[in-house]
Amino acid sequence: MSKSHPGLLHHFDDPEQQLDASQSGMWIFLATEVMFFGGMFISYTVYREAYIDVFAHASNHLNVWLGGINTAVLICSSLSMALAVHSAQSGHRRQIVFFLLLTMLLGTVFLGIKFTEYYHKYEEHLIPGFDFAFKEGNPGHAAIFFSFYFAMTGVHALHMVIGLGLLAYLAVKAARDRFSPLYYTPVEMVGLYWHFVDIVWIFLFPLLYLVGRHLL
Amino acid sequence: MNSDAIISVRTYVLVFIGLIVLTITTTAVAFIDLGAQWNTAAALAIAVIKALLVILFFMHVLYSRPLTWVFVSAGFFWLLILFTLTLADYFTRNIGGAPLPSAAPAAQAAPRQTSETAPRGLTTSESRATQRTGTD
Repeated sequence: MSKSHPGLLHHFDDPEQQLDASQSGMWIFLATEVMFFGGMFISYTVYREAYIDVFAHASNHLNVWLGGINTAVLICSSLSMALAVHSAQSGHRRQIVFFLLLTMLLGTVFLGIKFTEYYHKYEEHLIPGFDFAFKEGNPGHAAIFFSFYFAMTGVHALHMVIGLGLLAYLAVKAARDRFSPLYYTPVEMVGLYWHFVDIVWIFLFPLLYLVGRHLL
Repeated sequence: MNSDAIISVRTYVLVFIGLIVLTITTTAVAFIDLGAQWNTAAALAIAVIKALLVILFFMHVLYSRPLTWVFVSAGFFWLLILFTLTLADYFTRNIGGAPLPSAAPAAQAAPRQTSETAPRGLTTSESRATQRTGTD
């Protein structure tokens, strides 16, 4: 029955085998992403241990409420993404489009809040290289903290932007009725990617915003 | 995932509520002083639980084939190797407070480096470089 499905490539036996192969490949890609972010997390850990007091002062310049709200926004977008995959599995075309657009909206809200935070850092002279000024400790060490902050949240934001592009592509395809319960692999794969980006933020939020909070 | 193993909307919503509650918890705990190590431990423990919820339910790994489990575990196992070997090096460099043999002459060359600002773990040449950035 499934042999004739238009989404099935000729070198796979059935849609289920094709989905399994895609899933394995996607997880290998995500493993490389884990290593990519892992390198930054381990460097941050080593430098935080070395300059723990300055890092605590620098961390307290981050807005914990904006960071917390952004965490909630991203978790909402992950739920919306999971429901988009669920709609694809159950074959509800309009629901897929709705949840994909909702995910995009929440992703855009996240980026909006993120860039508001970046602008505050610019106003407070906390961007290394742009008239950087820091009074509560060694400015060189504080610059290391903010370099990590901008590198890690910046690369995370770049992943979000790429994710928004993928979601827009999926929304167009879903609106044209290209997915069915037998073939929804792209929705499932972008879902995995989007949840992974959510997980990165789940670790960035406590490590950048929270762990230095009680030290002052 | 098998196409017949569809997770119910109810499960997704319950996981979502769990994630939001844990986010509020981790933010609240951060303002309570549990001692430096325990604050970090609590924040990381909550983050790991949240990540597991997302991986197992939102990413369907709980319902996936054993092969997917192998790929997922391998990714995080490599991350564990990265962290274990790197931290085993950096966190044991100054055990007993004795400076590294290579650090001794460099420390004399940087007289402004007081014991208060001396970084733990990093070599003195690195700290001199950052010191220079700071005082310029």
